[in-house]
Amino acid sequence: MSIILQVKDLVTKFYTLDGVVNAVNGVSFELNEGETLAIVGESGSGKSVTMMSLLGLIPMPPGKIESGSASFNSEEGLCDLLQLSPEEMRDIRGGQIGFVFQDPISTLNPILTIGEQISETLIRHKGLSKEQAREQTIKLLSQVGIPDPELRYKAYPFQFSGGMRQRVVIAIAIACTPKIIIADEPTTALDVTVQAQIIELFKELRDALGVAVIWITHDLGVVAGIAERVLVMYGGRPVEIAQVMDIYKDPKHPYTLGLLRALPSLEAKESKRLKSIKGTPPDLLIPFKHCPFASRCDYAFDRCWEEIPPLISVGEQHQAACFFDLEEGGPRHD
Amino acid sequence: MGRYFLSKLIQSLVLLFGVLFLVFMMVRVTGDPAALMLSRNASPEQLEALREEMGFNDPALVQFKHYITGAILGDFGNSLHFKTPALPLVLERLPATVQLASVGMLMAIIIGIPIGLVGGFTPGSVVDSIGRFLALIGQSVPNFWLGLMMILFLGVRLGWFPTFGRDSWNSVVMPAFVLGLPVMGQLVRLTRSAVLEIRGEDFIRTAHSKGLEPRTIYLKHVLRNVAIPLVSVIGVQFGYMLGGSIYIEAIFAWPGMGGLLAQSIGWRDFPLIQAIAVFTSLIVLLLNLLTDLAYSIIDPRIRYGR
Repeated sequence: MSIILQVKDLVTKFYTLDGVVNAVNGVSFELNEGETLAIVGESGSGKSVTMMSLLGLIPMPPGKIESGSASFNSEEGLCDLLQLSPEEMRDIRGGQIGFVFQDPISTLNPILTIGEQISETLIRHKGLSKEQAREQTIKLLSQVGIPDPELRYKAYPFQFSGGMRQRVVIAIAIACTPKIIIADEPTTALDVTVQAQIIELFKELRDALGVAVIWITHDLGVVAGIAERVLVMYGGRPVEIAQVMDIYKDPKHPYTLGLLRALPSLEAKESKRLKSIKGTPPDLLIPFKHCPFASRCDYAFDRCWEEIPPLISVGEQHQAACFFDLEEGGPRHD
Repeated sequence: MGRYFLSKLIQSLVLLFGVLFLVFMMVRVTGDPAALMLSRNASPEQLEALREEMGFNDPALVQFKHYITGAILGDFGNSLHFKTPALPLVLERLPATVQLASVGMLMAIIIGIPIGLVGGFTPGSVVDSIGRFLALIGQSVPNFWLGLMMILFLGVRLGWFPTFGRDSWNSVVMPAFVLGLPVMGQLVRLTRSAVLEIRGEDFIRTAHSKGLEPRTIYLKHVLRNVAIPLVSVIGVQFGYMLGGSIYIEAIFAWPGMGGLLAQSIGWRDFPLIQAIAVFTSLIVLLLNLLTDLAYSIIDPRIRYGR
């Protein structure tokens, strides 16, 4: 298994009138070929901004990528996504890295046919003629499970349901057989049965195309069904990275534990109150001098208020950023 | 598409009938129409003769039937002032009004939309600031004052343009500019805000995520969506402009329908006023129909009745 994307120490800030928003504060992770990595975190944890930063989709200004690197094993060889010119980045976007966004209602242009919106990607990256792109688009539509693709080619987004629109967006993302698909909460705006269908479709396509997927979500329930590894983010920082089963069975960070306790369980014998994490997400306008989760953490002790815990190895392919050892029930000795 | 247009056409016909009815009532419910049309010292015999001639002694329904059949055939009776049929008098003035309104609208579009586009794509830039200032001026300066100032400076002092009439090719410049200026201001602001709004839409982010060239995104994804609100405003405003601009035609002695309307009100020439009112409404209805058609071409949601 080779690494297709390696992100190191990514820092993104927004210079707004209210002050500097520290949206992403040193994110590092790697993505293997054909692997599905879930990025989990609550709103404002920096998961979307991380992905937008990698692909130059951050509005600049006010946004600015302060530092970091993102080496991507592209068709042309290794390159740093953060150092590419806008032209080179456009070749990669849509061509080698596909995107699926959250709300399929607003992510499609309301006045262009869905056929046109898919085929323009093909024309841009594959240099197909209009007619070739049309044929390819019809194939894609049937591949993502849209019935009567030839008829639907000429349809407009408003004639589709939410789930169908998301299928169209997925068709756009896979149109040029990318190496990575970034799916930013692709099922959040859909109802539960449609969610399951879309997840199923994703798995099918991932296995058929051998594409790596970065699945951004705040729903740990969805993660188990699709991801192989999970990156948990908090306050613009990674707090835990592990194999998906380790996250559920053996969480090493109090925040991850809190997220899991907030999940309803089908196995629970008696009806139990779900435990929420107390407090509110951190104010990103203030740069952290200590663990960003300390104020909400049940296990915080004096060291947590003095320095920022680094990401350390806590097991096989398992890293966490916490001074507290949940198993031992006391401060970690290092 | 056909069904959409048909329903709009039927709506327009119903509206036209309403306008005809209102114009009919306008003359009949404001007192004795014969007394209104004649001067105050007319003799009872003259009044009676006019009532008989105009058919005011007939039952209202009979009068309405005569009026409607006349209107359909383009016969609004004879102008009291000119003693000739009213409609040809209106049609005679039509080319001047159409010329004034079209040139004014063209100026507004050619100047207003590009400034608005630049402003929308580079908010806060120099062009944007100047454009917004001009838009504010355009919308707030009273046009009769601006007309007089232009006559004074550009016409009299500098002698660049004729000060009145419609005798040479450049006569139209000043009145058209004054007529188009408020619309230009409106178009600058509307275009700017529409571009800003559309640029922030999620589907524009999607377009960027496909790796499309910025030029393609602007032309194909932004501009077509921006055109939707612009078309409706241009349609409505052009209707107003064609309806005749009484002040501007009066200030520049422009021989159009607005000037004729002002005169015919002074003459209490009811048949002529009626003809102008109905004809102007007809133009506005036609324009609205065209606007709806343009709308449905740009926006499929309207075409398919959503």
